Amino acid sequence: MIAALTLLLACQLVGEVTARALGLPLPGPVLGMILLAAGLLARGGDPPPELAAVADGLLRNLGLLFVPAAVGVVLHLDLLARAAAPIALAVLAGTLAAIGFTGLVTARLLRAWSSRDVA
Amino acid sequence: MSPELAEIWVYLAASPLAALTVTLAAWLAGLRLHAAAQRSALVNPVLVAALLLVALLLVSGIEYRAYFEGAQFVHFLLGPATVALAVPLVRQWRLLMASGPALAIALVTGSVFASASAVAIGWAFGADPAVLATLAPKATTTPVAMGIAEQIGGIPSLTAVVVILSGIAGAALGPMLLTLLRVQDWRARGFAVGLAAHGIGTARAISVNETAGAFAALAMGLNALATALLLPLVWALAMP
Repeated sequence: MIAALTLLLACQLVGEVTARALGLPLPGPVLGMILLAAGLLARGGDPPPELAAVADGLLRNLGLLFVPAAVGVVLHLDLLARAAAPIALAVLAGTLAAIGFTGLVTARLLRAWSSRDVA
Repeated sequence: MSPELAEIWVYLAASPLAALTVTLAAWLAGLRLHAAAQRSALVNPVLVAALLLVALLLVSGIEYRAYFEGAQFVHFLLGPATVALAVPLVRQWRLLMASGPALAIALVTGSVFASASAVAIGWAFGADPAVLATLAPKATTTPVAMGIAEQIGGIPSLTAVVVILSGIAGAALGPMLLTLLRVQDWRARGFAVGLAAHGIGTARAISVNETAGAFAALAMGLNALATALLLPLVWALAMP
């Protein structure tokens, strides 16, 4: 477990340092995710069982990790109230529009791609 | 307050113990309530836990900064958890490659649409630039959205709330909308919900259909990547 955690932290650390050193427009952890995925694919794809167990454990409780930041809304209650209409509409209408649009586009593209395969 | 109580209070305020304990307890309460509501997407455990803790802070008068001193140890794990997303991505690599080009185009158009529609709606209703930058990355998973929002001048903690609310809205109402639009392909349904409603949408998709769940996880990971790569660049060009 400690080896897997060390690997995750090391990937994040390399990601943070690289993003800062090169001025990349990417959060360090995202760069770390790319590094880890590239490394796993390079050595054949299947994540080692220990890493898989730690990753699955973390991702199963991903929700918990959002909680401290979400409580931070308490600092922005006035801003949330001031911009309540745009935020509520962007959240509701924006998210549903994005789901509808992406669903239609993806279905059409997948249909076109698989019929090309058959032809 | 008696001297003894004051002494205990000083200890609790200086140690992360209390903040960590109430955070975990609130999360457990959220999970219990979610299970009691037949795992309805509307009763999201993150939302329940955050509401409980906000109420606690408001009632007790404890400052958020003091609470976060302790809760930051939970918050810190968002970094390694984001790196850990590489594991499901690699597991689904073959599935992704099988329809790669179609998904790549769907990803980029969907990602641009999700950010652009949020900013357009916010702008039309008079939101200021900080709120627009907060709304722009809202389709991505929270650690990524907060990182992007911080980078382009948004408010990370407000982003976290907007992201969670978007996830709940998408997971609860998205499947109904897709049925109305006659999108029946489970791959497309999952991809759309994962792209626009990240982890909460993905969790919902997995509970309905295995293929939809796999494509939702894929879309969530890829959209985090696409938005993190594209949005700061587009933002720098569009908002000099």
